[in-house]
Amino acid sequence: MLFKEVLYLIQKDLVLEWRQKYAFNGMLLYVSSTVFVCYLSFGLRSNVLTVPVWNAVLWIILLFTSVNAIAKSFMQENRGRLLYFYSIVSPQGVILAKIVYNALLMLILAVICFVFYAFVLGNPVQDVPMFLLSILLGAIGFSTSLTMISGIASKAANSSTLMAVLSFPVIVPMLLMLIKMSKNAIDGLDRSTSFDELLTLLAINMIVVTVSYILFPYLWRS
Amino acid sequence: MKKNWWKILAVVLLVFTVVAGMLSDVPRLAILNETIRNLYFHVPMWFGMILILLVSVIYSIKYLRNPTIKNDIIAYEAAKVGILFGVLGIITGMEWARFTWGEYWSNDPKQNASAIGLLIYFAYLVLRSSFNEQQQRARISAVYNIFAFAALIPLLFILPRLTDSLHPGNGGNPGFNAYDLDSRLRMIFYPAVLGWTLLGIWIINVKSRLELIRQRLYETV
Repeated sequence: MLFKEVLYLIQKDLVLEWRQKYAFNGMLLYVSSTVFVCYLSFGLRSNVLTVPVWNAVLWIILLFTSVNAIAKSFMQENRGRLLYFYSIVSPQGVILAKIVYNALLMLILAVICFVFYAFVLGNPVQDVPMFLLSILLGAIGFSTSLTMISGIASKAANSSTLMAVLSFPVIVPMLLMLIKMSKNAIDGLDRSTSFDELLTLLAINMIVVTVSYILFPYLWRS
Repeated sequence: MKKNWWKILAVVLLVFTVVAGMLSDVPRLAILNETIRNLYFHVPMWFGMILILLVSVIYSIKYLRNPTIKNDIIAYEAAKVGILFGVLGIITGMEWARFTWGEYWSNDPKQNASAIGLLIYFAYLVLRSSFNEQQQRARISAVYNIFAFAALIPLLFILPRLTDSLHPGNGGNPGFNAYDLDSRLRMIFYPAVLGWTLLGIWIINVKSRLELIRQRLYETV
């Protein structure tokens, strides 16, 4: 029952996105212009861009992209539609659907961002599949924690500032793990070295999804 | 008098902590020297912070199950006292780090984690202040409080253990457990933790009673 609901809601989000193409194209442009700005600011001195800097800048771009993309997930719904959902679906279904949808959106954006970034600024990654895995985990992690935060922030008055303030501290542990894991992938270290980070990331994701699942009904009611 | 025994206990324990902590004999160790006395003041701050934030989360959960003003006020006041303990913990830690590590801030994972933890709770205060309506404010900040606490735990307990750290107890540095040879330190450390935590609970108690009375006054006027 819940599963079906989630599927319907994801489908609805995808169809809406496909019809408007507003959020996706906007975010695409956001990503590419940010990457290009980075290219121009580093381009003058290419020796400045060491591997740790390359890695950190990529993740910071991804972080800001996801904050901006996911902030929309509850703000764009108008009051009437939310009321309509409230009468026909369960809150758990809504939050799970939003998390999955945001994860998909972030995954596409992150992969495009990585390809464009590597194309423009050079690609030092030695273990690409592992790096893509860290991007996948990043997309899932960002979407799980930011979806709940955007739900909280959308209730408040100045929600865009609040979104950043509330989400950055919560997302830092995840970001640190991701940066470490992707650094291992860039250096082409043995895959077993990233195993700790992988498990921790999965564990944090599990905690965050569970907590969101339990707490969202209270948020939804207001 | 019967109800207030824990307040007397808190005072006695804190007097004991300060007097014994400053005057008692401590193991002589290289680098640490007398700064090992910070164990009685810095470490209990973190213990107290975690316990008091736990109180705050418990009252947030209680609020979601049973929305009364009292639960909300206690959760809020506990979060504020938790922040106070966290700030004091960071200040005492930085002072200690200045003399043992050479710098106030040396990019240590535990220092960073505690700074981020404080940011989370400052964000909680900002979130609270952005609502006008009392019920909505209470419910949404309770949700954030629980969410943030769930995110804080991996930060404080898991992350520092995965990386190297200068902090005692991490990355090959022995914790204080390895030092307190003849349990002289423990004798003062455990009362210190209890004393500081009780003091925190006392502050919450007074402040939330004051806040409740204030609310009632506003209602009647």
